[in-house]
Amino acid sequence: MSLEKKERLLKISILRFDPNDPEDFPEMETFEVEEADGMTLYIVLNEIREHHDNSLKFDFVCRAGICGSCAMLVNGRPTLACRTLTAKLDEHITLAPLPLFELIGDLSIHTGKWMRNLNEHLETWIHDKENEMNFDKLEERMEPELADEIYEIDRCVECGCCVAGCGTIQMRPSFTGAVGLNKIARYHLDPRDKRSDEEYYELIGDEDGVFGCMTLLGCQDVCPKDLPLQSKIAYLRRMMLKTSMKN
Amino acid sequence: MKSKKIDKMPARLDLLQSATGLILGVFIMGHILFESSILISNEMMYRVTIMFEGYYFFGERYPGIISFFAGAIFVIFIVHAAVALKKFPNNYKQHKLMKNHITSFKHEDTHLWIVQILSGFIMLFIGSVHLYTMMAEPQNIGPFASAFRVVNQNMAPLYFLLLLSVVSHAFIGLYRLALKWGFMEGKNTKTSRRRFKFLMKAFIALYIIIGSLSLAKYIYIAYTNDLQADTRYQSTTINMKVH
Repeated sequence: MSLEKKERLLKISILRFDPNDPEDFPEMETFEVEEADGMTLYIVLNEIREHHDNSLKFDFVCRAGICGSCAMLVNGRPTLACRTLTAKLDEHITLAPLPLFELIGDLSIHTGKWMRNLNEHLETWIHDKENEMNFDKLEERMEPELADEIYEIDRCVECGCCVAGCGTIQMRPSFTGAVGLNKIARYHLDPRDKRSDEEYYELIGDEDGVFGCMTLLGCQDVCPKDLPLQSKIAYLRRMMLKTSMKN
Repeated sequence: MKSKKIDKMPARLDLLQSATGLILGVFIMGHILFESSILISNEMMYRVTIMFEGYYFFGERYPGIISFFAGAIFVIFIVHAAVALKKFPNNYKQHKLMKNHITSFKHEDTHLWIVQILSGFIMLFIGSVHLYTMMAEPQNIGPFASAFRVVNQNMAPLYFLLLLSVVSHAFIGLYRLALKWGFMEGKNTKTSRRRFKFLMKAFIALYIIIGSLSLAKYIYIAYTNDLQADTRYQSTTINMKVH
Protein backbone atom coordinates (compact mmCIF):
# COMPACT_ATOMS: atom_id res chain seq x y z
CA MET A 1 0.00 0.00 0.00
CA SER A 2 1.52 3.27 -0.96
CA LEU A 3 0.99 6.42 0.99
CA GLU A 4 -0.30 9.07 -1.38
CA LYS A 5 1.40 12.35 -0.47
CA LYS A 6 -0.52 15.42 -1.43
CA GLU A 7 1.72 17.71 -3.48
CA ARG A 8 1.77 21.42 -2.70
CA LEU A 9 0.46 23.91 -5.18
CA LEU A 10 3.24 26.47 -5.58
CA LYS A 11 2.38 30.08 -6.27
CA ILE A 12 5.22 31.58 -8.27
CA SER A 13 5.17 35.37 -8.56
CA ILE A 14 7.48 36.64 -11.27
CA LEU A 15 8.46 40.23 -12.00
CA ARG A 16 7.57 40.61 -15.68
CA PHE A 17 8.94 43.41 -17.80
CA ASP A 18 10.16 43.85 -21.35
CA PRO A 19 12.42 46.91 -21.47
CA ASN A 20 12.33 46.87 -25.26
CA ASP A 21 8.57 47.31 -25.43
CA PRO A 22 7.83 51.01 -24.84
CA GLU A 23 4.26 50.22 -23.77
CA ASP A 24 5.21 47.60 -21.21
CA PHE A 25 5.57 48.33 -17.51
CA PRO A 26 6.91 46.13 -14.70
CA GLU A 27 4.32 44.01 -12.89
CA MET A 28 4.15 40.85 -10.85
CA GLU A 29 2.47 37.86 -12.44
CA THR A 30 1.60 34.76 -10.44
CA PHE A 31 1.57 31.23 -11.81
CA GLU A 32 0.40 28.09 -10.05
CA VAL A 33 2.54 25.00 -10.44
CA GLU A 34 2.08 21.65 -8.77
CA GLU A 35 5.19 20.67 -6.84
CA ALA A 36 7.00 17.44 -7.72
CA ASP A 37 9.66 15.47 -5.90
CA GLY A 38 13.13 17.02 -6.13
CA MET A 39 11.77 20.00 -8.00
CA THR A 40 14.12 22.91 -8.60
CA LEU A 41 13.18 26.42 -9.66
CA TYR A 42 14.73 25.65 -13.02
CA ILE A 43 12.13 22.92 -13.53
CA VAL A 44 9.37 25.23 -12.29
CA LEU A 45 10.33 27.90 -14.82
CA ASN A 46 10.33 25.39 -17.65
CA GLU A 47 6.90 24.17 -16.52
CA ILE A 48 5.59 27.70 -16.62
CA ARG A 49 7.06 28.33 -20.07
CA GLU A 50 5.69 25.03 -21.36
CA HIS A 51 2.20 25.09 -19.88
CA HIS A 52 1.36 28.66 -18.88
CA ASP A 53 3.20 31.33 -20.83
CA ASN A 54 5.74 30.66 -23.55
CA SER A 55 6.83 34.30 -23.60
CA LEU A 56 8.54 34.05 -20.18
CA LYS A 57 12.22 34.97 -20.48
CA PHE A 58 14.87 33.41 -18.26
CA ASP A 59 18.44 32.18 -18.72
CA PHE A 60 19.86 28.73 -18.26
CA VAL A 61 22.47 26.51 -19.87
CA CYS A 62 23.82 23.75 -17.70
CA ARG A 63 21.00 23.25 -15.12
CA ALA A 64 23.65 21.96 -12.69
CA GLY A 65 25.12 25.04 -11.01
CA ILE A 66 28.13 25.21 -13.31
CA CYS A 67 27.39 27.90 -15.87
CA GLY A 68 26.00 30.58 -13.55
CA SER A 69 23.38 31.72 -16.06
CA CYS A 70 20.23 31.25 -13.98
CA ALA A 71 21.07 33.61 -11.12
CA MET A 72 18.01 35.54 -9.93
CA LEU A 73 16.43 36.97 -6.80
CA VAL A 74 14.48 34.24 -5.05
CA ASN A 75 12.39 35.87 -2.31
CA GLY A 76 14.83 38.78 -2.52
CA ARG A 77 17.93 36.63 -2.14
CA PRO A 78 20.34 36.21 -5.08
CA THR A 79 20.87 32.56 -5.94
CA LEU A 80 20.99 30.04 -8.79
CA ALA A 81 17.52 28.81 -9.82
CA CYS A 82 18.82 25.40 -10.86
CA ARG A 83 20.26 24.71 -7.42
CA THR A 84 17.24 25.89 -5.45
CA LEU A 85 14.90 23.14 -4.36
CA THR A 86 11.30 24.26 -4.03
CA ALA A 87 10.92 21.92 -1.05
CA LYS A 88 13.10 24.31 0.95
CA LEU A 89 10.86 27.29 0.24
CA ASP A 90 7.36 28.41 1.18
CA GLU A 91 4.47 27.79 -1.20
CA HIS A 92 4.58 31.39 -2.30
CA ILE A 93 7.84 32.13 -4.13
CA THR A 94 8.81 35.51 -5.55
CA LEU A 95 11.23 35.69 -8.46
CA ALA A 96 12.88 38.83 -9.82
CA PRO A 97 15.87 39.52 -12.05
CA LEU A 98 19.20 40.43 -10.42
CA PRO A 99 19.50 44.20 -10.03
CA LEU A 100 22.36 46.27 -11.52
CA PHE A 101 22.73 44.17 -14.66
CA GLU A 102 21.19 45.13 -17.99
CA LEU A 103 17.70 43.64 -18.20
CA ILE A 104 16.94 41.64 -21.33
CA GLY A 105 13.42 40.80 -20.20
CA ASP A 106 11.62 39.20 -17.23
CA LEU A 107 14.29 37.16 -15.41
CA SER A 108 16.87 37.31 -18.19
CA ILE A 109 19.82 39.65 -17.64
CA HIS A 110 23.01 40.48 -19.49
CA THR A 111 25.60 39.45 -16.86
CA GLY A 112 28.11 38.66 -19.60
CA LYS A 113 28.33 42.28 -20.71
CA TRP A 114 28.95 43.53 -17.18
CA MET A 115 31.53 40.81 -16.47
CA ARG A 116 33.37 41.46 -19.73
CA ASN A 117 33.63 45.10 -18.80
CA LEU A 118 34.97 44.18 -15.38
CA ASN A 119 37.52 41.72 -16.76
CA GLU A 120 38.76 44.22 -19.31
CA HIS A 121 39.06 46.92 -16.69
CA LEU A 122 40.91 44.72 -14.18
CA GLU A 123 42.86 42.91 -16.93
CA THR A 124 42.15 39.52 -15.43
CA TRP A 125 44.79 37.59 -17.23
CA ILE A 126 48.45 36.70 -16.59
CA HIS A 127 50.74 39.67 -17.23
CA ASP A 128 54.23 38.61 -18.13
CA LYS A 129 55.98 40.83 -20.65
CA GLU A 130 59.12 38.70 -20.94
CA ASN A 131 57.36 35.47 -21.79
CA GLU A 132 54.58 36.89 -23.87
CA MET A 133 53.97 34.88 -27.03
CA ASN A 134 56.49 32.25 -26.08
CA PHE A 135 54.34 29.14 -26.15
CA ASP A 136 57.23 26.69 -26.25
CA LYS A 137 58.62 27.59 -22.87
CA LEU A 138 57.49 25.47 -19.94
CA GLU A 139 55.49 27.25 -17.26
CA GLU A 140 57.17 27.95 -13.93
CA ARG A 141 56.36 25.38 -11.31
CA MET A 142 54.40 26.28 -8.21
CA GLU A 143 53.73 24.59 -4.91
CA PRO A 144 50.68 22.30 -4.95
CA GLU A 145 49.20 24.21 -1.98
CA LEU A 146 49.39 27.45 -3.93
CA ALA A 147 47.96 25.82 -7.03
CA ASP A 148 45.08 24.53 -4.93
CA GLU A 149 44.47 27.94 -3.45
CA ILE A 150 44.38 29.53 -6.90
CA TYR A 151 42.17 26.78 -8.24
CA GLU A 152 39.80 27.22 -5.31
CA ILE A 153 39.12 30.88 -6.08
CA ASP A 154 39.21 30.31 -9.83
CA ARG A 155 35.95 28.36 -9.49
CA CYS A 156 33.97 31.61 -9.83
CA VAL A 157 31.30 31.27 -12.53
CA GLU A 158 30.52 35.00 -12.79
CA CYS A 159 26.85 34.41 -11.97
CA GLY A 160 26.48 37.89 -10.45
CA CYS A 161 24.99 36.78 -7.11
CA CYS A 162 27.73 38.49 -5.09
CA VAL A 163 27.10 41.72 -6.99
CA ALA A 164 23.36 41.58 -6.33
CA GLY A 165 23.97 40.73 -2.66
CA CYS A 166 26.39 43.61 -2.12
CA GLY A 167 25.04 46.64 -0.25
CA THR A 168 28.00 48.82 -1.22
CA ILE A 169 27.55 48.36 -4.94
CA GLN A 170 23.81 49.12 -4.72
CA MET A 171 24.67 52.58 -3.47
CA ARG A 172 27.85 53.05 -5.50
CA PRO A 173 27.72 51.19 -8.82
CA SER A 174 31.35 52.07 -9.59
CA PHE A 175 32.44 49.71 -6.79
CA THR A 176 34.35 46.66 -8.11
CA GLY A 177 32.38 44.07 -6.14
CA ALA A 178 33.45 40.71 -4.79
CA VAL A 179 33.68 39.03 -8.20
CA GLY A 180 36.36 41.50 -9.33
CA LEU A 181 38.23 41.55 -6.03
CA ASN A 182 38.27 37.76 -5.97
CA LYS A 183 39.83 37.72 -9.44
CA ILE A 184 42.46 40.22 -8.39
CA ALA A 185 43.27 38.06 -5.37
CA ARG A 186 43.65 35.13 -7.76
CA TYR A 187 46.21 36.93 -9.97
CA HIS A 188 47.94 38.53 -7.01
CA LEU A 189 48.58 35.04 -5.63
CA ASP A 190 49.78 33.68 -8.96
CA PRO A 191 53.60 33.90 -9.27
CA ARG A 192 53.32 33.83 -13.07
CA ASP A 193 51.61 37.21 -13.02
CA LYS A 194 54.43 39.76 -12.94
CA ARG A 195 52.35 42.84 -12.14
CA SER A 196 53.93 44.83 -9.31
CA ASP A 197 52.20 45.58 -6.02
CA GLU A 198 51.91 49.19 -7.16
CA GLU A 199 50.16 48.15 -10.35
CA TYR A 200 47.65 46.14 -8.31
CA TYR A 201 47.20 49.11 -6.02
CA GLU A 202 46.37 51.24 -9.06
CA LEU A 203 43.59 48.77 -9.91
CA ILE A 204 41.88 48.33 -6.54
CA GLY A 205 43.62 50.62 -4.03
CA ASP A 206 40.77 53.10 -3.72
CA GLU A 207 37.14 53.34 -2.71
CA ASP A 208 35.95 51.82 -5.97
CA GLY A 209 38.19 48.92 -5.02
CA VAL A 210 38.93 47.13 -1.79
CA PHE A 211 38.76 50.22 0.46
CA GLY A 212 35.16 50.84 -0.55
CA CYS A 213 34.05 47.47 0.85
CA MET A 214 31.86 47.92 3.94
CA THR A 215 32.18 44.24 4.96
CA LEU A 216 28.43 43.57 4.94
CA LEU A 217 29.39 40.13 3.60
CA GLY A 218 26.29 39.65 1.45
CA CYS A 219 28.72 38.36 -1.21
CA GLN A 220 30.11 35.66 1.05
CA ASP A 221 26.69 34.52 2.18
CA VAL A 222 25.05 34.24 -1.25
CA CYS A 223 27.94 32.88 -3.35
CA PRO A 224 26.59 29.63 -4.86
CA LYS A 225 30.15 28.32 -5.25
CA ASP A 226 30.94 29.07 -1.60
CA LEU A 227 34.09 30.99 -2.54
CA PRO A 228 36.23 32.36 0.33
CA LEU A 229 35.31 35.97 -0.54
CA GLN A 230 35.49 37.31 3.01
CA SER A 231 39.05 36.10 3.55
CA LYS A 232 40.23 37.08 0.05
CA ILE A 233 38.94 40.63 0.42
CA ALA A 234 40.64 40.83 3.85
CA TYR A 235 43.83 39.52 2.21
CA LEU A 236 43.68 42.22 -0.46
CA ARG A 237 42.98 44.92 2.12
CA ARG A 238 46.11 43.91 4.01
CA MET A 239 48.17 43.68 0.81
CA MET A 240 47.03 47.09 -0.42
CA LEU A 241 47.75 48.68 2.96
CA LYS A 242 51.19 47.09 2.94
CA THR A 243 51.87 48.46 -0.54
CA SER A 244 50.81 51.94 0.58
CA MET A 245 53.26 51.73 3.50
CA LYS A 246 56.25 50.87 1.34
CA ASN A 247 58.96 53.54 0.99
CA MET B 1 59.34 46.10 -12.64
CA LYS B 2 59.48 49.86 -12.12
CA SER B 3 57.45 51.04 -9.16
CA LYS B 4 54.75 53.56 -9.96
CA LYS B 5 53.73 56.57 -7.97
CA ILE B 6 50.54 55.60 -6.18
CA ASP B 7 47.98 57.63 -4.25
CA LYS B 8 48.34 56.37 -0.71
CA MET B 9 45.45 58.38 0.67
CA PRO B 10 42.63 55.78 0.24
CA ALA B 11 44.68 53.22 2.18
CA ARG B 12 45.52 55.74 4.89
CA LEU B 13 41.91 56.86 5.27
CA ASP B 14 40.76 53.25 5.56
CA LEU B 15 43.40 52.53 8.18
CA LEU B 16 42.49 55.74 10.00
CA GLN B 17 38.83 54.73 10.15
CA SER B 18 39.72 51.29 11.47
CA ALA B 19 42.32 52.54 13.96
CA THR B 20 40.19 55.35 15.41
CA GLY B 21 37.24 52.93 15.59
CA LEU B 22 39.37 50.38 17.44
CA ILE B 23 40.60 52.97 19.96
CA LEU B 24 37.07 54.27 20.59
CA GLY B 25 35.69 50.72 20.85
CA VAL B 26 38.28 49.64 23.39
CA PHE B 27 37.87 52.95 25.24
CA ILE B 28 34.12 52.50 25.59
CA MET B 29 34.55 48.97 26.90
CA GLY B 30 36.71 50.33 29.70
CA HIS B 31 34.63 53.47 30.23
CA ILE B 32 31.33 51.69 30.88
CA LEU B 33 33.03 49.15 33.14
CA PHE B 34 34.69 51.86 35.26
CA GLU B 35 31.39 53.73 35.34
CA SER B 36 29.69 50.62 36.69
CA SER B 37 31.88 50.74 39.81
CA ILE B 38 28.90 52.70 41.21
CA LEU B 39 27.08 49.36 41.34
CA ILE B 40 29.58 48.11 43.91
CA SER B 41 29.45 51.16 46.17
CA ASN B 42 29.71 54.94 46.21
CA GLU B 43 33.15 54.60 47.76
CA MET B 44 34.32 52.35 44.92
CA MET B 45 33.14 54.81 42.26
CA TYR B 46 34.78 57.65 44.18
CA ARG B 47 38.09 55.77 44.23
CA VAL B 48 37.92 55.07 40.50
CA THR B 49 37.23 58.78 39.93
CA ILE B 50 40.19 59.98 41.96
CA MET B 51 42.38 57.32 40.36
CA PHE B 52 41.72 58.91 36.96
CA GLU B 53 42.33 62.30 38.50
CA GLY B 54 45.80 61.10 39.37
CA TYR B 55 45.37 60.91 43.15
CA TYR B 56 47.16 57.58 43.48
CA PHE B 57 50.09 58.85 41.40
CA PHE B 58 50.51 62.41 42.65
CA GLY B 59 48.80 62.31 46.03
CA GLU B 60 46.45 65.07 44.90
CA ARG B 61 43.48 65.30 42.53
CA TYR B 62 43.88 66.97 39.14
CA PRO B 63 40.54 66.96 37.25
CA GLY B 64 42.41 68.59 34.37
CA ILE B 65 43.65 65.10 33.47
CA ILE B 66 40.03 64.13 32.73
CA SER B 67 39.66 67.22 30.57
CA PHE B 68 42.75 66.26 28.64
CA PHE B 69 41.60 62.68 28.01
CA ALA B 70 38.06 63.77 27.14
CA GLY B 71 39.59 66.22 24.66
CA ALA B 72 41.78 63.50 23.15
CA ILE B 73 38.78 61.16 22.79
CA PHE B 74 36.79 64.04 21.29
CA VAL B 75 39.46 64.56 18.63
CA ILE B 76 39.56 60.82 17.81
CA PHE B 77 35.75 60.80 17.75
CA ILE B 78 35.69 63.69 15.27
CA VAL B 79 38.34 62.11 13.05
CA HIS B 80 36.45 58.81 13.09
CA ALA B 81 33.20 60.57 12.19
CA ALA B 82 34.90 62.50 9.39
CA VAL B 83 36.29 59.39 7.68
CA ALA B 84 33.30 57.17 8.45
CA LEU B 85 30.81 59.68 7.03
CA LYS B 86 31.96 58.47 3.61
CA LYS B 87 29.92 55.32 4.21
CA PHE B 88 26.65 57.26 4.59
CA PRO B 89 24.38 57.47 1.57
CA ASN B 90 25.02 60.92 0.14
CA ASN B 91 21.83 61.48 -1.81
CA TYR B 92 18.22 60.38 -1.82
CA LYS B 93 18.75 57.93 -4.66
CA GLN B 94 21.46 56.05 -2.76
CA HIS B 95 19.28 56.07 0.34
CA LYS B 96 16.33 54.62 -1.58
CA LEU B 97 18.43 51.94 -3.32
CA MET B 98 19.92 50.83 -0.02
CA LYS B 99 16.53 50.83 1.68
CA ASN B 100 15.05 48.62 -1.06
CA HIS B 101 18.07 46.33 -0.90
CA ILE B 102 17.79 45.96 2.88
CA THR B 103 14.03 45.40 2.83
CA SER B 104 14.08 42.75 0.13
CA PHE B 105 17.34 41.02 1.08
CA LYS B 106 16.91 39.32 4.44
CA HIS B 107 20.52 39.35 5.55
CA GLU B 108 21.62 40.08 9.10
CA ASP B 109 25.00 41.67 8.41
CA THR B 110 23.42 43.99 5.85
CA HIS B 111 20.72 44.93 8.35
CA LEU B 112 23.42 45.78 10.89
CA TRP B 113 24.55 48.51 8.51
CA ILE B 114 21.35 50.44 9.32
CA VAL B 115 22.17 50.15 13.02
CA GLN B 116 25.67 51.52 12.38
CA ILE B 117 24.44 54.43 10.29
CA LEU B 118 21.65 55.35 12.75
CA SER B 119 23.70 54.96 15.93
CA GLY B 120 26.62 56.83 14.33
CA PHE B 121 24.34 59.66 13.31
CA ILE B 122 22.75 59.90 16.76
CA MET B 123 26.18 60.01 18.40
CA LEU B 124 27.31 62.90 16.23
CA PHE B 125 25.00 64.99 18.40
CA ILE B 126 24.61 63.41 21.81
CA GLY B 127 28.16 62.02 21.86
CA SER B 128 29.41 65.55 21.31
CA VAL B 129 27.28 66.91 24.15
CA HIS B 130 28.63 64.28 26.53
CA LEU B 131 32.26 64.74 25.50
CA TYR B 132 32.04 68.51 25.75
CA THR B 133 30.50 68.31 29.23
CA MET B 134 33.32 66.05 30.40
CA MET B 135 35.89 68.41 28.94
CA ALA B 136 34.32 71.51 30.44
CA GLU B 137 33.35 70.15 33.87
CA PRO B 138 35.80 67.40 34.78
CA GLN B 139 35.51 68.26 38.47
CA ASN B 140 31.80 67.30 38.50
CA ILE B 141 32.33 63.56 38.43
CA GLY B 142 31.61 61.43 41.46
CA PRO B 143 28.81 59.47 43.11
CA PHE B 144 26.80 62.62 43.98
CA ALA B 145 28.00 65.01 41.27
CA SER B 146 27.23 62.50 38.50
CA ALA B 147 23.86 61.64 40.05
CA PHE B 148 23.05 65.36 40.14
CA ARG B 149 23.89 65.67 36.45
CA VAL B 150 21.86 62.57 35.51
CA VAL B 151 18.70 63.56 37.36
CA ASN B 152 18.68 67.24 38.32
CA GLN B 153 20.28 68.36 35.07
CA ASN B 154 18.07 66.01 33.02
CA MET B 155 20.85 64.06 31.32
CA ALA B 156 19.29 60.61 31.97
CA PRO B 157 17.32 60.27 28.69
CA LEU B 158 20.30 61.47 26.70
CA TYR B 159 22.67 59.10 28.50
CA PHE B 160 20.34 56.16 27.96
CA LEU B 161 20.08 56.84 24.22
CA LEU B 162 23.84 57.34 24.10
CA LEU B 163 24.36 54.02 25.89
CA LEU B 164 22.22 52.12 23.36
CA SER B 165 23.92 53.83 20.41
CA VAL B 166 27.48 53.60 21.59
CA VAL B 167 27.32 49.98 22.72
CA SER B 168 25.73 48.66 19.54
CA HIS B 169 27.94 50.85 17.33
CA ALA B 170 31.11 49.81 19.15
CA PHE B 171 30.57 46.08 19.12
CA ILE B 172 29.14 45.87 15.60
CA GLY B 173 32.13 47.98 14.57
CA LEU B 174 34.65 45.74 16.32
CA TYR B 175 32.99 42.68 14.74
CA ARG B 176 33.30 44.26 11.28
CA LEU B 177 36.85 45.28 12.00
CA ALA B 178 37.89 41.71 12.73
CA LEU B 179 36.31 40.39 9.52
CA LYS B 180 37.52 43.31 7.43
CA TRP B 181 41.19 42.74 8.18
CA GLY B 182 41.03 38.96 8.66
CA PHE B 183 41.87 39.16 12.38
CA MET B 184 41.98 35.64 13.91
CA GLU B 185 40.19 34.40 10.84
CA GLY B 186 41.44 30.83 11.16
CA LYS B 187 41.12 28.13 8.54
CA ASN B 188 37.34 28.28 8.46
CA THR B 189 35.94 31.81 8.29
CA LYS B 190 32.42 30.51 8.91
CA THR B 191 33.42 29.24 12.35
CA SER B 192 35.44 32.32 13.31
CA ARG B 193 32.71 34.65 12.06
CA ARG B 194 30.04 32.78 14.01
CA ARG B 195 32.13 33.12 17.15
CA PHE B 196 32.79 36.82 16.59
CA LYS B 197 29.11 37.39 15.99
CA PHE B 198 28.20 35.57 19.18
CA LEU B 199 30.73 37.66 21.11
CA MET B 200 29.35 40.82 19.52
CA LYS B 201 25.80 40.04 20.60
CA ALA B 202 26.84 38.87 24.06
CA PHE B 203 28.87 42.04 24.67
CA ILE B 204 26.07 44.28 23.39
CA ALA B 205 23.63 42.64 25.80
CA LEU B 206 26.09 42.65 28.70
CA TYR B 207 27.11 46.29 28.30
CA ILE B 208 23.56 47.52 27.86
CA ILE B 209 22.61 45.73 31.07
CA ILE B 210 25.63 47.03 33.02
CA GLY B 211 25.17 50.55 31.64
CA SER B 212 21.45 50.66 32.36
CA LEU B 213 21.96 49.39 35.90
CA SER B 214 24.63 52.06 36.53
CA LEU B 215 22.29 54.72 35.21
CA ALA B 216 19.50 53.39 37.41
CA LYS B 217 21.83 53.53 40.43
CA TYR B 218 22.62 57.22 39.79
CA ILE B 219 18.90 57.93 39.52
CA TYR B 220 18.35 56.09 42.80
CA ILE B 221 21.14 58.07 44.47
CA ALA B 222 19.65 61.36 43.27
CA TYR B 223 16.21 60.48 44.61
CA THR B 224 17.40 59.19 47.96
CA ASN B 225 19.73 62.12 48.71
CA ASP B 226 18.98 65.80 48.80
CA LEU B 227 21.50 66.83 46.15
CA GLN B 228 22.58 70.38 45.37
CA ALA B 229 24.93 71.40 42.59
CA ASP B 230 27.81 71.52 45.05
CA THR B 231 27.01 68.38 47.07
CA ARG B 232 30.08 66.17 47.03
CA TYR B 233 30.64 62.67 48.26
CA GLN B 234 32.83 62.55 51.35
CA SER B 235 35.01 59.50 51.60
CA THR B 236 35.22 57.95 55.01
CA THR B 237 38.87 57.04 54.58
CA ILE B 238 40.38 59.55 52.13
CA ASN B 239 40.55 63.24 52.91
CA MET B 240 41.97 65.78 50.51
CA LYS B 241 41.78 69.11 48.80
CA VAL B 242 40.83 69.50 45.14
CA HIS B 243 43.04 71.52 42.80
